[in-house]
Amino acid sequence: MYQWDFYTVLQSFDLFVIGLWVTFLYTIGSISMGIFIGLLTCYARMSSSILLRTIAKTYQEIFRCTPLLVQIMWAYYALPLITGYSISNSTAGLLTLSLYVGSFYAEIFRGGVNAVDKGQTEAALSTGMSKFQSMQFVIFPQAIKKMLPAFINQSVIQVKNTSLLYAISIGELTYMTSVINSETYRPMEAYSLAAVMYFLMLYPLTKFADHVERKLSKSD
Amino acid sequence: MNDNTNSILSARGLKKSFDKLEVLKGIDLDLMPGDVVGVIGPSGSGKSTLIRCLNMLEIPSAGEVRFKNRQVTNKFKLSGDGIGTGELRKKVGMVFQHFNLYPHKTVLENITQGPIVVLKETRELAERHAMELLEKVGLLDKRDVYPSHLSGGQKQRVAIARALAMRPDALLLDEVTSALDPELVGEVLQVIKELAEQGMTMILVTHEMGFAADVANRIIFMENGVIVESGLPSDLLQSPQTERLKSFLARHLRHSIR
Repeated sequence: MYQWDFYTVLQSFDLFVIGLWVTFLYTIGSISMGIFIGLLTCYARMSSSILLRTIAKTYQEIFRCTPLLVQIMWAYYALPLITGYSISNSTAGLLTLSLYVGSFYAEIFRGGVNAVDKGQTEAALSTGMSKFQSMQFVIFPQAIKKMLPAFINQSVIQVKNTSLLYAISIGELTYMTSVINSETYRPMEAYSLAAVMYFLMLYPLTKFADHVERKLSKSD
Repeated sequence: MNDNTNSILSARGLKKSFDKLEVLKGIDLDLMPGDVVGVIGPSGSGKSTLIRCLNMLEIPSAGEVRFKNRQVTNKFKLSGDGIGTGELRKKVGMVFQHFNLYPHKTVLENITQGPIVVLKETRELAERHAMELLEKVGLLDKRDVYPSHLSGGQKQRVAIARALAMRPDALLLDEVTSALDPELVGEVLQVIKELAEQGMTMILVTHEMGFAADVANRIIFMENGVIVESGLPSDLLQSPQTERLKSFLARHLRHSIR
């Protein structure tokens, strides 16, 4: 029978807390920037300019068709070799995370907007609104309802994506766990504790997502 | 047909194709102030496409549309001659077959949305006007209700009020009763009739022949993307000149119960 020994691991609980906080920061940071990038990209995809549409689609394909870990490594190690400027691991990490989730958000926003009946756009335009105004007052408010479950889902995934930053030595939860492990040689306890902490973070979020989904289907 | 600079809306040589399918094959049309023009014809004749070209919801493949003798372009804002869609659609309103009310806004908000955002009216002014219009269409008590709680006839009356809120010079009505249960059609036709009597310039695509005959001062019969016959309702409906109109009327009146 394996002898559990959480005591040794819990000695470094302060490291876990720091890791949790850093995870939280990168999550909030990348989600906020990702929303902004996603909105821009969504609007570009719907633009009448072929150039804008192509740039947006290319960006999305690159970030959706390559692994996040590879992107993170590339941003930190390879990009400086091309540009001649080195960037801090935190900059590389935040940038990559934001661009990654932004490409997915853009797709979710597009899906939401496309799910709104075409007649709504026609009605708005027929009163003299510009395309942007029709988006702002008529389409997007309705699209938000339709995209909320997918959006929350993607955001939950994003929390877990921050764990990949450990590969470039950013002190988020997974990195801290590996540090504790290398000090205590108790991977079982360390990583079980880490898993529990991620779970405690994300379970309320998924419950919230279910609640939102139920409330939305009621108001239909 | 001569170039009539007094017309509110006019079309010359209007053509529209969707991919390989030519839906409008060259339409000339003049809508004069106070005109109520009924457009009738079989499905696929291009009736809806025609009026959708008039406010550029469809972009013509050829030909031109003029609003008060200014050429309509597909751009939103225009400097110089001509008129852009932003300005045009303030002056030419549209009512749709499937209502297209904004489900996330109340009846009142549906009506005030355009005036507030596009005409930059204050909320008070927009709401006051909206309530006058709701009174006119008989739905003042529904002003804080959401569209999902309305019947089809009520939704369409709200849609008409929403179009009127922009104080348009003309209205385009695209089969506005076709999606309604028969017993709800009357209340909408009543509103349209009152608008006609008050002098609103309208062009209505409709299957309600009796109504068109009653309210319109001119009827246009379309088939296969062309105007086949055009003239006074009594002339067209009682003494059709072409075989196509004769057989259309025979088919249609045979099926109508009214």
